[in-house]
This record gives sequence, C-alpha cells and structure tokens, in this order.
Amino acid sequence: MIGYIDKIKEISKGLLEEKKVDMIIGFRKGTVPMINEPCVAKTSADVDNFVWDSSCGINLANYLTGRKEKIGIIAKGCDSRNIVNHIIENKINREQLTIIGVPCKGMVDRSKVKALVSSDIEEVIEKEDTMVISGADFEKTVKTSDVISKNCTICMHRNPVIFDELVAEEVDEQKDVNRYEDIDKIEAMDSGEKWNYFEDMFKSCIRCYACRNACPLCYCPTCFVDESKPQWVGKSQDPIDIWTFHFLRAYHCAGRCTDCGACVRACPMDIDVRLLTKKLEKDCFEMFNWEAGLSIDKRPPLDVFNADDPDGFIK
Amino acid sequence: MKVIKIDKQDFTSGIEKLADSYRLFGPVKEKESYAFQKLEKGQLPDFNFKNTRLSIKSVINPQSEVMFEYSLDEKQTDHHVMKEAKKDYSPRAIFGVRPCDGKSMVLVKPNFDTLEYKDNYWLDSYNCTTFVGLACNDPCSTCFCTSAGSGPFDETGLDVLLIDMDDYYIAKAVTSKGEALLSAASWDTAGTLDDVEDKKSKAEKKIKTSVSIDNIKDRSINEIHQASFWEDIAFSCINCGTCTYVCPTCWCFDIQDENSGKSGVRMRNWDSCMFPLFTMHGTGHNPRGEKTQRVRQRFMHKLKYYLDKYDQGIQCVGCGRCIQSCPVNIDIRRVCNIMNDYNYE
Repeated sequence: MIGYIDKIKEISKGLLEEKKVDMIIGFRKGTVPMINEPCVAKTSADVDNFVWDSSCGINLANYLTGRKEKIGIIAKGCDSRNIVNHIIENKINREQLTIIGVPCKGMVDRSKVKALVSSDIEEVIEKEDTMVISGADFEKTVKTSDVISKNCTICMHRNPVIFDELVAEEVDEQKDVNRYEDIDKIEAMDSGEKWNYFEDMFKSCIRCYACRNACPLCYCPTCFVDESKPQWVGKSQDPIDIWTFHFLRAYHCAGRCTDCGACVRACPMDIDVRLLTKKLEKDCFEMFNWEAGLSIDKRPPLDVFNADDPDGFIK
Repeated sequence: MKVIKIDKQDFTSGIEKLADSYRLFGPVKEKESYAFQKLEKGQLPDFNFKNTRLSIKSVINPQSEVMFEYSLDEKQTDHHVMKEAKKDYSPRAIFGVRPCDGKSMVLVKPNFDTLEYKDNYWLDSYNCTTFVGLACNDPCSTCFCTSAGSGPFDETGLDVLLIDMDDYYIAKAVTSKGEALLSAASWDTAGTLDDVEDKKSKAEKKIKTSVSIDNIKDRSINEIHQASFWEDIAFSCINCGTCTYVCPTCWCFDIQDENSGKSGVRMRNWDSCMFPLFTMHGTGHNPRGEKTQRVRQRFMHKLKYYLDKYDQGIQCVGCGRCIQSCPVNIDIRRVCNIMNDYNYE
C-alpha cells in the first residue's frame, strides 16, 4: 500500500491543475506514529504533503458532509461505502465528487502495536508488509497484517465500491472470515452476563463524543444528547445516561453502518464501541441481506417498505 | 525543607500508616491505561505508569460533581430549598502526581480563586489535598513540559516530590503540608539531593520536542485571531471534547439540575468549548457556530488570552495528553509553533 502515494499525488495534481476539483481531501503525515492527519490540498504544492500508508484509518467521508465545493477525495473501501451513504442521504452530490479509490489491506490498530512493547513508540517505518517500530531502547519488526484493526480483519469490501480513479489494481477480497465472531459471543451470554459486559465496557466513557463525531453517519444538526429545549438525556457521568447515548446512537446507525471502525479508532478510552453497531449490521445482513453503502441505486432497508419483510408487525 | 530517603520496603509501611490520617489516591492500572483512583486499604499506588490518561483534574474537579440537593415534595418543610451537598473534605493525599499535573493546579487556581469570587467546591477539594509528586525519569515522546514552563522534576504546585532512585526514593518536601505527610508516614531518614541533579538533567535531555511563544507574546490578539492558518489547523477537527477533557488545565463546566421523582440535585459537569452547545445562546444564535471558530478559541485561550491575562506563561503544561488522545492528530505543539512562527504583516 505504501507504493500508492506516487499515483495518489499524480492523480490529485492532475485534478487540481485541470480545475476539475476545488480541493482534495487526503492525509498528511502525522506528528505522532500511526496516525496521519486528514487535510485539504488546494494546490499541487499542498499535494506534496500527502501520504499514504496503514496509518490512514480515519474515515474521510466524515469531512464531506454538507460541503458545496467540487471535491476530490481519497477513499478506501469503507470510505467509499460511506460516500455512497452520504449520496443516498443527500449529504453530498455525486456530481461534486471525484473519488480517488484506494484498494486497502487494512489500517493499523495503534493499541495493538502499543501492547507489543513496554516503552514509548517514537517511530514507525512502514515497509511493504511489515512495520518497523522503534523507541529509545528497542526496535521491533511486526507484520502489518497482524496489527490491523479488528474491523479490518473481517472487512469484506477492501476495494472501493465507487470511484472515478483507482490508484492500483484491486486487492483480493477476504474470504472465509467469521464476520460475527464477537457478536456471536455476546449473543450467547444470558442477560445478566450481558449487563455486566456492557457495564464494564462503558465504565471508562468520558462522554467526549469522539465516537459520534468521528462517525460519518452522525451528522444530525442537533444530536439527541444535545437537545436542550427540552433536554432529552442527562449530562452527567450517570451510567444510565452514558448507556442511553451509546445505545441510541447505535440504533441511529442501523442499516447504515459500514463497520469502518471510525468510532473505535477515535475513542480516547479504548472502548470497543463498534460492537453495538456491529450487532445491528449483523441483523441487517441476516434479516434483509443488506450491507450498507454498496450501491447508490438501492434504498436502505429501514427506509423502504417491503412486502417480504421478515417482521410480521409491519405487514 | 526536609529531604528524606525512603527505602522501597519502608514506602509500603509508610503508605499503610498514612491511610489512618489521609484518604489516599494514586494511579491504578485499568485495562491498558492508568487512572487516579481512591486506594483501597492495603492498595499501593502503581508507579509503573508513564502518565495517567486523565489528569488529577479527575480527582480535584471531578467530571460530575453534586453541589446542592433539594426536595420537590411539598409535604416536606424544606421543599424547593437548595441545600449544600455533604462532602468529605478530610485530609487527602494524591500519590504519583506528575510534575505537569502539579503545575496545572497553579495554572487553574486563578480561575477558581479570585479576589471577587471563591469557588468553594474547587478550593475545598484543593485545600484538603496533599500533592505527592513523582518525578519523571522517563518522559513520553509527546512531552514538551520543559518549554511549557514546567519540567520532569518541576516542584511547582506539589507538596512533596518523590524521585525514584531505583533502589530507594528521595522525597523532597516542598511545603509544610508535605513535611507533615512525611512525618505522618514516619519517613524520617535524612537523604541528600546529590544524585538527583544527574537524574534530572538526564530526564530533561529525553524531552525532544518544544514550543516557542516569544512571538505570540508580542503580537496583538487581533493579529493572531485573524491570521490565515486557522482553517488549515481546524480542518481535521471533529469537535469532540477529548482534548479538553484530558487536559489538566481546561476548567470549564456546565451546571445542570437533575430530578428523579421528587428529589433532585444541582450538579456541575465538565464542558468543552469544542461543542457547539457550549456557546449556544437562548435566542438560537451561536457566536462560535463554526468549528474553525471553536478550534481557534481553544488555542487562543491556552496560548494567548491566558498568557496576556495572568502573566504566568501559557495555559498548558506540556503533558502531551491531547496529542496522544486526539482522534485526528491535532498537535498543540504544531499549532503553537505555527502561531509563533507565522509571518505576521
């Protein structure tokens, strides 16, 4: 994947020079290892700052919401699916976009890498399939595929589903992965175990709303937790209010979540928030044979009436 | 002030003794990170941490704090009367306070303790606390305390500074409160600071990044406010509250009444200038409705307004927590240096 950058720059410069777009959304090198920063390029000189490697996990579709410009955007498989969502939900027009598709082999999970070493990681140098991580008193080489995020390990759409340019040949899609292993485990719990599991999971939540704000689906002008006239949800560290936020947010993502992992990646407290949306993603897959964001021509299951709906109440 | 040598086995017995006269707090491992928590009987602070994810703000000025209690039951004689919530302000000691967090107390105090107003919740919580610092022999790669007015061995804001000398601790009393704690623990073997200076300079050398503020100081607020870099800095921001919540010097809160049946509490909760709701007026007008305005506000407050208003440096101790936790890699070191190095006309 690290070889993509030259092609990304070439395409980006071409689009800007030919004035096909006003700006391109991509990544510049992060100031700390394993996280690159989303940025905008408006000139060829800006494009020179673009980078591409396994630290480009942030979902760039989140930066498209409501924009009016003509935009070039660099899109992994998951970003492209969220772009599809955005188009379906009228958050951006297809005509505004030039999508620079990037086949993806998964993005790194910083926590996984940090857990492999006992001291501070100061530098990560990415090679084709490995990463050399180093600090003051160590150097270690890890296989990139061993440290990618959980959602990437079970991703079924690594190639962009919609694009205008593709920076490299498509990668093989993964087969024979157990997509719902984590969910199956929770489903097998009795209600007491589930209670304990989720109670423990959300104990460290500080309600910074990074999960919500990193999510391309969460673009409501006023989120239900921010309603103040009247107020819907308490603002304190009361666990009931914390859970209300997380559970309701997850339900708002039903049939829309692409399991891009933006929420987990954003969480400063390492809460595995995507387990909630993954359950709903599973339900949508099993009940409606639906995977979000694959086509701009199909309506999501929760906004259409279908006479074959698996639930009796709706007929 | 006393300098005491504490053998590591005496450290444990001292902590046990202190539990009789202090409520003890310290870093505790929670899954993969560390948090300040109340130590249970016999529990020791875990010093195998680089820094805690949340600062001691989480203890001194907790995220949710009840201020008043009231009843709405008209059968009660004191219904609809706000009554001060009972709190435990008996002596408390926090162990493992990194020098950056100690310094942060000095920076936030002027907000809660002014000539006109005293915030008793903060002040009572602060005054009952003895801050037992732990010098950083091994700072993080994101630390820049030495250029933010602090340092890995800074004593500012602490009552005692502990220095881990591998086989033993050197405890340097900084205040009389600190001396009292050392006595209460029966730590009374005189020590020397002979080898401390070496440790200190080694630690300082490990801090490789820095910020500069000379030019920020000299520029007018308007010049910096209207500079052209803000849009680029703010682009990636998702306006979550992470930076403000992990920051030891962010002090903003929001007051809420919460009822349950016929009783209720008035409480305060951390708030964040990154949230649009923070500045939303009752009219619906929002003076900081755009994210660039909010991002600018945060950095201007920390790096310019505070600097000008209090004349004690920037409102940042260089702990690097926001750098480590920001979901989109907005790095205050980068922002500060852009503000400082910009070619103002």
